[in-house]
Amino acid sequence: MSLESMSPWLPYFWAGLIAFSILVYIIVDGYDFGVAMLFATAKSDEERNTVIGAIAPFWDGNETWLIIVGACLFGAFPAIYAIFLSAFYLPVVLLLIGLIFRGVSFEFREQALKARGLWEWGFVIGSAVATIVQGAAIGTMIMGLPIQGTTYVGDGWDWLAPFPVMCGLGLVVGYSMLGAGWLILKTEGAVAKRARAQLRGLSVAFCVFVLAAFLVTQGVDLPVRHAWESAPLWHWIVPALGFVGLLGAFRTSRHDCSHERAPFAWCMLIIASAFGSLALSFWPYMMPYSLTIEQAAAPAISLQFMFWGASVMFPLVVFYFLRVYHMFSGKTDPVGYGLND
Amino acid sequence: MDLTALDLSRIQFAFVITFHIIFPSFTIGLAAWLAVLEWRNQATGNPVYRKLFDFWVKIFAVSFGMGVVSGIVMAFQFGTNWSVLSEKTGSIQGPLLGYESFTAFILEATFLGVVLFGRNKVSPRAFLMACVLVALGTTLSSFWIMANNSWMQVPVGHAIDSSGRFVPTDWREIISGHVFLTRWLHMLLAAYLTTATVVAATGAWYTLKGLYKTTAKAMLIWGMGLMAVFTPIQMGFGHLAGEIIRDYQPGKFAAVEGRWESGTRAPLIVAAWPDNKAEKNSFEISIPVLGSVVDSGNPDSYQRGIKDVPADERAPFLVPFYGFRIMVGLSLLMLFIGWYGTWHNLRHSIERSRWFLHVTALSFPIGWICVLAGWYTAEVGRQPWVVTGLVRTSDAVTPSLTVNHALTSLILYVSVYLIIYSFGLRYIWNLFKKGPSNDGPNISEAV
Repeated sequence: MSLESMSPWLPYFWAGLIAFSILVYIIVDGYDFGVAMLFATAKSDEERNTVIGAIAPFWDGNETWLIIVGACLFGAFPAIYAIFLSAFYLPVVLLLIGLIFRGVSFEFREQALKARGLWEWGFVIGSAVATIVQGAAIGTMIMGLPIQGTTYVGDGWDWLAPFPVMCGLGLVVGYSMLGAGWLILKTEGAVAKRARAQLRGLSVAFCVFVLAAFLVTQGVDLPVRHAWESAPLWHWIVPALGFVGLLGAFRTSRHDCSHERAPFAWCMLIIASAFGSLALSFWPYMMPYSLTIEQAAAPAISLQFMFWGASVMFPLVVFYFLRVYHMFSGKTDPVGYGLND
Repeated sequence: MDLTALDLSRIQFAFVITFHIIFPSFTIGLAAWLAVLEWRNQATGNPVYRKLFDFWVKIFAVSFGMGVVSGIVMAFQFGTNWSVLSEKTGSIQGPLLGYESFTAFILEATFLGVVLFGRNKVSPRAFLMACVLVALGTTLSSFWIMANNSWMQVPVGHAIDSSGRFVPTDWREIISGHVFLTRWLHMLLAAYLTTATVVAATGAWYTLKGLYKTTAKAMLIWGMGLMAVFTPIQMGFGHLAGEIIRDYQPGKFAAVEGRWESGTRAPLIVAAWPDNKAEKNSFEISIPVLGSVVDSGNPDSYQRGIKDVPADERAPFLVPFYGFRIMVGLSLLMLFIGWYGTWHNLRHSIERSRWFLHVTALSFPIGWICVLAGWYTAEVGRQPWVVTGLVRTSDAVTPSLTVNHALTSLILYVSVYLIIYSFGLRYIWNLFKKGPSNDGPNISEAV
């Protein structure tokens, strides 16, 4: 294939691949964060080992999807990468510090003698901070960033407005739902039982958040509202699926329900629907509502160079990512303190 | 002194990357070492290999975790603090880092879980495969990172469009040019030597204390053997890397050599202190003519001095000059430990040479010191450029970045790193003190 024949669709290929990677990331690292936040409600060392064991073999591979997103954005849409990271300077620092504390706590907690509390709280708070700033960044994107040409011209505080912060808290609820679903799937006994009760409460809370967010976007005149007003009818199927998911998660998390996979599956549907709805409202913008996918794309020769690698590597990445999940299918072993002595 | 957002971003980048490189330079080698141990374990069935594996895998787990968390900061700093660089060079640097993440990162991160938690969940063959894939992942990671850095050092295979952005024109040149291949192998060998030195030092330390005799002996044999083989090869690649600097980066080369005047029969300067105003060394120890011989293999060869480089394109003097000398000096120590130690090992006499075991044990950090000294030479020597000859570091910083934001992030990173690194190093130290477990006399002596 010649470069000329490829160049019209390459930006869309890359936008699609990045969207896919973001979706994978928010689902898999979303349940990591959710499990970590629910870790705060575990009652004993034994329970904490069980909770952390449910994500210990997976978290590092999951987090890597964030790096894939960042690196692909840098390569395929350098202008977006530059705008996004300079606009979210402090949130990105907070996200990275949250990820640092979350990441080291798996090994440090096991090795620590006196400072275990520090790492356990670092695990919980680091994950919560990372979740909140991710949600706040989404909220800011919905509101739109001040941009001139391809340069960010704001003061770096856009993300601290009420609506973005509300989105941050909403994402805490959303990720916690995924985490609860994951714990139902990967653990047994008291931890799984508590996760069921938590998932029921969280589904109600998420419903409230979605309604509140909807009312805010109606009240304040946000561009996202116009995107939906002029949308074809079938677009509404995507958010509707999210409500089906909420109903499913609520029903299958009942304490006397024997489904172990269904709650997590419904939670995935909820998150995918939320992401799909956002993607539909941003289309065809890469930086809503100022730079389109084509305007923001790197030169075709860069997109093409990455295309060949990606078309070989991505199927392989997905294959061995799933392979590892298969190796650890079934209930996970507890991980942590006092197990190897 | 008024620090600007540019100064703070420079300090932050130097700080973050200095602390980051400590771990990859250790874990690239450790991953390969673990794969070798598991292979020997399965091929020979000798329990000493299993014991070595179980001991080093714990150290690997903690180090790898710290490498991952400090590495993720690196991946985003290009955009947060150097957005002009990202936008201008994104179409070249971005694909290279993109390839790193979807060929290397995901490989090592996904299979790390199997290496740490999967021995009883998968077949021995699949477990060995996971070890090899993690090692392959770390190696590929260094490949892409060095391709990226080499392009910044000696930019090739690109054009510049009307808006000042770089457009790649020849990817083959970018990822298989001789500058890149030389520098990549130089870094890979540096990582292997760092690990080999730590393995040998650990073996020496246990031997001195009379602990874990069989495993300690295996560490001495493997560690010193690898040092003996790799150090001379590394010196060869170091020389080739020096020739690249001579040919492509005159500002860096002049600073490393420390000569102000150009001319034939140039001296080799061993130590010096510069007087930048007077454009000469206020103090200097030098050997006549040897400089021309070492740099070009000919006493009458013409060598360029610092005065040949325009004043606003000169690299700072001290860091490249002394960084280079520290690296070379310590590599000689590695060569000595590798060769003398292997000679002792062949004669089974190493336990009796306690002074030598002390030297080896105390040398545990020299691999890291070499890596850092080499990188400081490379990166400070590239200044004032971020992309040699094309983009100045001072033009690359994020325009909207305020001093307050930059200062806040710097303070946050420094405090968080201090906490994480002091505890992390403490935990690694505890693992070394605890040593390989159950080292009973029933283990056969064959290694």
